[in-house]
Amino acid sequence: MEAMKETVDQSLREMRDTFASGRTRSVKWRKTQLEAIIEMVKDNEDKMCDVLFQDLGKHSIEAFRDELGFVMRSATTALNSLDKWVVPRKSNLPLLFYPATGKVISEPYGTVLVLSSWNFPISLSLDPMIGAISAGNTVLLKASELSPNASALLAKTIPSYLDNKAIKVIEGGPDVATILLQHQWDKIFFTGSPRIGKIIMAAAAENLTPVTLELGGKCPTIIDHHSVSKDMKSVVKRISGGKWGSCSGQACISVDYVLVEQSFASSLIEMFKPVIKSFFGENPKESGCVARIVTKKHFQRLSRLLNDPRVQASIVYGGSMDEEKLYVEPTILLNPPLDSEIMNEEIFGPVLPIITLRDIQESIGFIKSKPKPLAIYAFTKDEKLKTRILSETSSGSVTFNDVMIQYMCDALPFGGVGESGMGRYHGKYSFECFSHEKAIMEGSLAMDLEARYPPWNNFKLTFIRLAFREAYFKLVLLMLGLKR
Amino acid sequence: MVKVFQAADATDLVTELRRSFDDGVTRGYEWRVTQLKKLLLICDNHEPEIVSALHDDLGKPELESSVYEVALLRNSINLAVKQLKDWMAPDKAKTSLTTFPASAEIVYEPLGVVLVISAWNYPFLLSIDPVIGAISAGNAVVLKPSELAPASSSLLAKLLEQYLDSSAVRVVEGAVTETTLLLEQKWDKIFYTGSSRIGRIIMMAAAKHLTPVVLELGGKSPVVIDSDTNLKITAKRIIAGKWGCNNGQACISPDYILTTKEFSPKVIDALKQELEAFYGKNPMESKDMSRIVNSNHFDRLSKMLEEKEVSDKIVYGGQKNRYKLKIAPTILVDVPLDSQIMSEEIFGPLLPIITLNNLEECFDVIRSRPKPLAAYLFTQNQKLKERFALTVSAGGIVVNDIAVHLAVPTLPFGGVGESGMGSYHGKFSFDAFSHKKAVLYKSFIGDAAIRYPPYSTGKLRLLKALVNSNILEIFRVISGLS
Repeated sequence: MEAMKETVDQSLREMRDTFASGRTRSVKWRKTQLEAIIEMVKDNEDKMCDVLFQDLGKHSIEAFRDELGFVMRSATTALNSLDKWVVPRKSNLPLLFYPATGKVISEPYGTVLVLSSWNFPISLSLDPMIGAISAGNTVLLKASELSPNASALLAKTIPSYLDNKAIKVIEGGPDVATILLQHQWDKIFFTGSPRIGKIIMAAAAENLTPVTLELGGKCPTIIDHHSVSKDMKSVVKRISGGKWGSCSGQACISVDYVLVEQSFASSLIEMFKPVIKSFFGENPKESGCVARIVTKKHFQRLSRLLNDPRVQASIVYGGSMDEEKLYVEPTILLNPPLDSEIMNEEIFGPVLPIITLRDIQESIGFIKSKPKPLAIYAFTKDEKLKTRILSETSSGSVTFNDVMIQYMCDALPFGGVGESGMGRYHGKYSFECFSHEKAIMEGSLAMDLEARYPPWNNFKLTFIRLAFREAYFKLVLLMLGLKR
Repeated sequence: MVKVFQAADATDLVTELRRSFDDGVTRGYEWRVTQLKKLLLICDNHEPEIVSALHDDLGKPELESSVYEVALLRNSINLAVKQLKDWMAPDKAKTSLTTFPASAEIVYEPLGVVLVISAWNYPFLLSIDPVIGAISAGNAVVLKPSELAPASSSLLAKLLEQYLDSSAVRVVEGAVTETTLLLEQKWDKIFYTGSSRIGRIIMMAAAKHLTPVVLELGGKSPVVIDSDTNLKITAKRIIAGKWGCNNGQACISPDYILTTKEFSPKVIDALKQELEAFYGKNPMESKDMSRIVNSNHFDRLSKMLEEKEVSDKIVYGGQKNRYKLKIAPTILVDVPLDSQIMSEEIFGPLLPIITLNNLEECFDVIRSRPKPLAAYLFTQNQKLKERFALTVSAGGIVVNDIAVHLAVPTLPFGGVGESGMGSYHGKFSFDAFSHKKAVLYKSFIGDAAIRYPPYSTGKLRLLKALVNSNILEIFRVISGLS
C-alpha cells in the first residue's frame, strides 16, 4: 500500500507539472493524443476482443459494436470537432455596458480522475478519457479490477501510444480507489453504482472537487401493445437484442423490466421465445453469443435474486444457471412480487421481469414510484402517451421505439438524474464535462460615467436606476437636465 | 411566539412541497410567470422596506440597496419573464447515421424540490436571484436566508409568504440548527452561496442523497495593475468595486493588488486621491459605505490588521470603531505573503498591495493560491490581456473594470476549484435548476440482421471488412440501412 501511495503521489506530481507546463492546452497535442487512441484501438483490436472475451465472454462483434467501434468513432468526432469546440463564445452584452465585450472560454480543469467500470471496460475507460483529453486536461484512469485482463491491457498499451507524463493508468480495486480519493483532483468522473457514487461524492466534497457520476437504476420498458401491434416482432427483437445481446444485461442502460397490459402478457412471452431461440439457439450457453456474468460474487447476487421462492415461481422461460461457467440463461419472469429484491434493485443480469398492468397508462405511476432511472424505453405510437411519459416521468433519457440506441447518438447528452447520476457526456458534452466555462469581460478605460462613483446623490441614483431599466431616452433627458 | 423548527417540520415541509410538485403545481408556464411577476411586485411595492432592512442589517447606503439588490433583481425577473417561453422549449439535437432513422431533442425538465441557502452580504439579491432560477425552471423551492442579516431575513419571509404560492415556495428562517435539519432531507438540488468551509459541509450532506449542488463560494480575487493603465479610472473602479460594494464584503471584491515596485507609489497616490474624493477626509463619517456586519467579523478584520509585520505596513486608513462596527478604508503595502490578511479572503475594507519586481511575477503569485471567484487586470497591453485571460484560472475574469460581470446575464457567474462549482444568471439560472433530458424518437424502419445474434463468422468478417474502409459505413449497416 505504501508503494501504491508513493506511485500515486508521484503520478499526480508529474501530471500537475505537465499541466502547469501548458503542453496539454495546445490543440495540436490534444489531436495527437486522440489520433493515438484511434491507432491504439485499431492496432490492438484482436487483443482487445480477446480480453473482453476473457473477462466477460463477449463475442467479438459485441466487443466491436459496443466498445471498440464506439471508441474509435468518439475519438474521430472529437478530432473533427475540436477546432470548433475550443473557440470562445461571444456573449452579447446589454447596451448599458457599452463598449465592454464579453465571452466565455472553455478552460481545462487541470488534473482529472476517471474511475471506470468493468462491464464495458474499454469504452467506459477510453470514452471519458477522450473527453478529458479534448478539453486539455491531464488524466489518470483507474481501470476496474473486476475486468482484470482488459485493465491490464489498457495499463500496458496506453503508455506506448499516449503521452505518459499526462495520461496515466492505474489498476486496482477499492483500496486503490481509496488512496486516489484521498488526493485532490480538479474533477472526478465515475461510472458505477449509486452506492459507490455517494462515497465518491462525499470524498470529492473534502476538496470541493466537481464530479460527474454515471450511475444506474432500473430502466423500465413500456410496451403499448395497442399502438405497435403491427411492429411487435421488431419490438421483441429490439428488446431481446438490447437485454441479452449486450453484456448479458449487465449494462447501466439495459432493459431492466417490462411493463405491459395483462391482456397481452402471454402473447408477448410467446413472442420472446422464438426470438431468443433464433438469437442464441437451443443451447444459449454454447452459442458464444451470450456474455457471462462477470464474477462469482455477481453470479451469487443474481442467484439470490432468483432463489426467492416467489420469484422462482414466476419464471416462465429460462432460469438455468451454471456457477462454474458463470452463466445465467436468458430468463423471463411474469409478475414477480413487487416487494421482492429483484423488483427493488437494479438487476444487472439476463433476467427480464414482465410486470402486467390493467391499463398501460398505469405505467406512468409505476415508474414514478421508483427512483429516477438512467433511461426509460417506450414502444408506442400513441402521441398522448408519449407526451405523458415525457412530462410526467423523470429519467436521464427517454427513447421511443428502441432500446439502448441513445448511447450511440452523440448529439444527445448521456447522463442521469437523481439516483441515476449527475452530469453528462458524449460528443460535445464530453468536452464540456471536463471544462470550466470561464467568463471574460473587458471594459474600456477610455470612457467613464461619473454616476458610477460616490459620493452618492439623487442625480446619480436616478441615473443608475434609469440605466438599469435600460430607459435610455429618459437617461438622455436626465443628462440634459430635462428630467428630475 | 416563534415556533421552533424541528426535524419533523423539515420532513413535513419537503413532503408537502413534493406533493405540490407531483401534482404539477409548478410545471406550467402560467404558474411560473405569475410567481415571477409577483416577485416583481415585491420589488415595486416594497423597495423602501428593503432599503431599510438592508440599512438595519448592514448599514448599506440607499444607492447600493436600490441598485445592487433591487434593480439587479428587477432586471433578472424581467429577463426571465421575457425569455421563459424560449428557455422552456426543447432543443433539437442532430441525429447521425448511427441512429438513423430517428429524431432527437433535449427537453428541459424541473428537478423537483430544491433548496436555496443564501448569504448575509446581499441578502435580497442572493436569495431571490437563485429563487428566480428555481421558479423559472418549474421547481418547488425552499429558501433559507442568512440569520446574520435578520431584518432582511424576516422581511423576505414575510414578503414571500404574502406574495408567492406557499404550496410551492417557502422560507425557513434560522441558523445552524435549522440548516442542518434541512440538509438532512432529500432535495433535488441544493444552491448555496457562502464560504468554502461551509460549501464542503453542504456538498457532503448532498452526497448522502446524490443531490447535485451549485456552490457559489469565494476566494481572494486579485487585481493586477499594469503601469500603462489609466490610473485615475483604475483607482475609481477599484474603489467603487471594493468599498462601494458593501464595504469589501462581497464575494468578487478586489481582495489584493499586484503591481510593480516602481508603479506602486503612483497606485497608492491615485487610490488616496480618489478615496478622499469619494468619501471625504473623514471616511468614518461617510454615509456612503456599509458598516462591518457584526462584531465577529469586526474582530476578525481587526486581528488581521494587528498582526505583527502587518500593522506597520498600513499606508492609509487603519482607524476602527468597534461600537459603530466601522473600519476606515485601509491600504497596506507588502505585508508578508503568509500573514492572515494574505491567506484568507479579507471580506472587508482592507486592501493589501503586493509589489513585484516584474509584473510577470503576478502569474506565479496568483497560481500559487486557490482559484478565486474573480481575477482582475488593468492594462492596455493586448498581449498581457490575452495571456491573463488564457492562463489565470478563476470563476471569471474582468479586464479594466471590477465586478461588472455580475450584472451581465449572458455571462455564466460561478467559481472553479475552491471558489465553487456550477454557475447562474440569465439562462444559466434556468439551466442550473433544470434536468436536460435526452429524448430519441426511433421508427420501426430498418432492422438489420447484423444488429442481432447469432454472431456468425460471416457477420464478423463483414464487420471487419467494413472497419477497414469506413467507420460510418459500419454503423449504417448496423442501424439497418443495408
